[in-house]
Amino acid sequence: MELIWDGLVQALHVLITLDPTVMEVTWLTLRVSGTATLISVLIGVPLGWLLALKQFPGRNFLVSLANFGMGLPPVVVGLWVSIFLWRSGPFGALNIIYTPYAIVIAQSVIASPIVISFTLAAIQQIHPRIRMQLKALGANQMQMLFSLVREARLGLLAAVMAGFGGVVSEVGASMMVGGNIPGQTRVLTTATVLEVNKGNFDVAIALSIILLLLAYGVTAVLTTMQQWRRES
Amino acid sequence: MFSKRRFITLAMVLVFMLSLVGCAQKAAQQPTTPKAPANPNVILATTTSTQDSGLLDVLVPEFEKRTGYVVKTVAVGSGAALAMGEKGEADVLLVHSPAAEKDLVEKGFGTNYKLVMHNDFMIIGPANDPAGIKGMKSSAEALKKIKDTKNPFISRGDKSGTHVMELNLWKAAGITPVVGTEYQETGQGMGATLTIANQKNAYTLTDRATYLAQQKNIALVPVVEGEKALLNIYHVMTVNPEKWPKVNAEGGKAFNDFMVAPATQEIISKFGVDKYGQALFFPDAGKNEADLGK
Repeated sequence: MELIWDGLVQALHVLITLDPTVMEVTWLTLRVSGTATLISVLIGVPLGWLLALKQFPGRNFLVSLANFGMGLPPVVVGLWVSIFLWRSGPFGALNIIYTPYAIVIAQSVIASPIVISFTLAAIQQIHPRIRMQLKALGANQMQMLFSLVREARLGLLAAVMAGFGGVVSEVGASMMVGGNIPGQTRVLTTATVLEVNKGNFDVAIALSIILLLLAYGVTAVLTTMQQWRRES
Repeated sequence: MFSKRRFITLAMVLVFMLSLVGCAQKAAQQPTTPKAPANPNVILATTTSTQDSGLLDVLVPEFEKRTGYVVKTVAVGSGAALAMGEKGEADVLLVHSPAAEKDLVEKGFGTNYKLVMHNDFMIIGPANDPAGIKGMKSSAEALKKIKDTKNPFISRGDKSGTHVMELNLWKAAGITPVVGTEYQETGQGMGATLTIANQKNAYTLTDRATYLAQQKNIALVPVVEGEKALLNIYHVMTVNPEKWPKVNAEGGKAFNDFMVAPATQEIISKFGVDKYGQALFFPDAGKNEADLGK
């Protein structure tokens, strides 16, 4: 119990003094996972959209792949991204293993299937009559897209939240492709593992609290966007 | 209808996401250093003990300050670190698994092989010492007694330098350990393994540096120590650029030279004294390995 108390005190101390090392790690975590989420949205929303609205052979197989991909184990992604980015690997010349870019790539791979599946569900849930109505009203492709995105907003923001939640919390891929290098690729999850290995459990607890606060903060902002219309 | 609120929401999302991208790009340009060598990134593959004990937190910033290189430290077991050297995925190795190291040097993957420092391993266990091995002079006999009395022993099981040392000790005892109820492997670094051994109230083999750094959390105490066979010797080597042209040979050599430089050796000799009342590592640059522990 004393340990938990120490951890809470430590967390409070870090937050009040804005400990520069921890702030740097937190900021990097937000940047890396935020960028990965953005990339996965750019990849996942159009793909989820296509899968929801187009009928073509093999579609069901692709949908099942996306659904399966939601549970992609981060260590597996980490291993494969490592193999590709190592000096001996096909993309070794890029020299991005053990950089934040490597983590962004791995996390994008983890988050994309989540965003695809959530988008697919959100769009498919829209009543088909709305689409017919829009067409009847003479909406062009762009207008149709925006109207449907607006209709599916609840589900789409849920997709963003699930994607961000998935990557900000993973440790296996970040550790493997990033290397947990201080000032370069140390994010909150890998820093927590290191502090546990060092036996600094109070610092580890403090980091875990900051990670939870960060994840909650981002989710809260997204939730506000999601629920905005309800207030008006 | 174009609601104002909706517009603001969209704008907010856009600004938020663009700012993230902007920041990511800034981060990419960041590693510019005062002197900026041609290839500033040096990949150091090393053992968990140098990281978990906090030594690298002191040495790496010092090296970066002096040379302008940026070190990417990958702390894994010595086995994995040596494998990275063999594959050319690292530029310089700081490891403690002498037999495997010599093999790498003989195969031509490692060059500039130098003695850096040592400390020692010890067997730690519960304070009441259920196996009755406290004060024994031979670690091999102590292990044999742990097995004969069916007391639990936690192994790293990760091909690290510590694991290799442990397996050698079992060999000296004439025992082939089999994973089961009494002999368990964690597959993790020294720090995590100490925590597990402590929770299970088991015996384990640890390096002194990690043990001292973790002592505040651990009820286990040293039971067998001081034997010459328990010396823990660290070497540095550069990955041979003739085998792997992509290796940052200059950066690797710079770190290699740094580790054996008198000023660095001085830092090593003082590391931990203020915190633990004793040094965690003993500098050995230029010494003969055979003379250690005499």
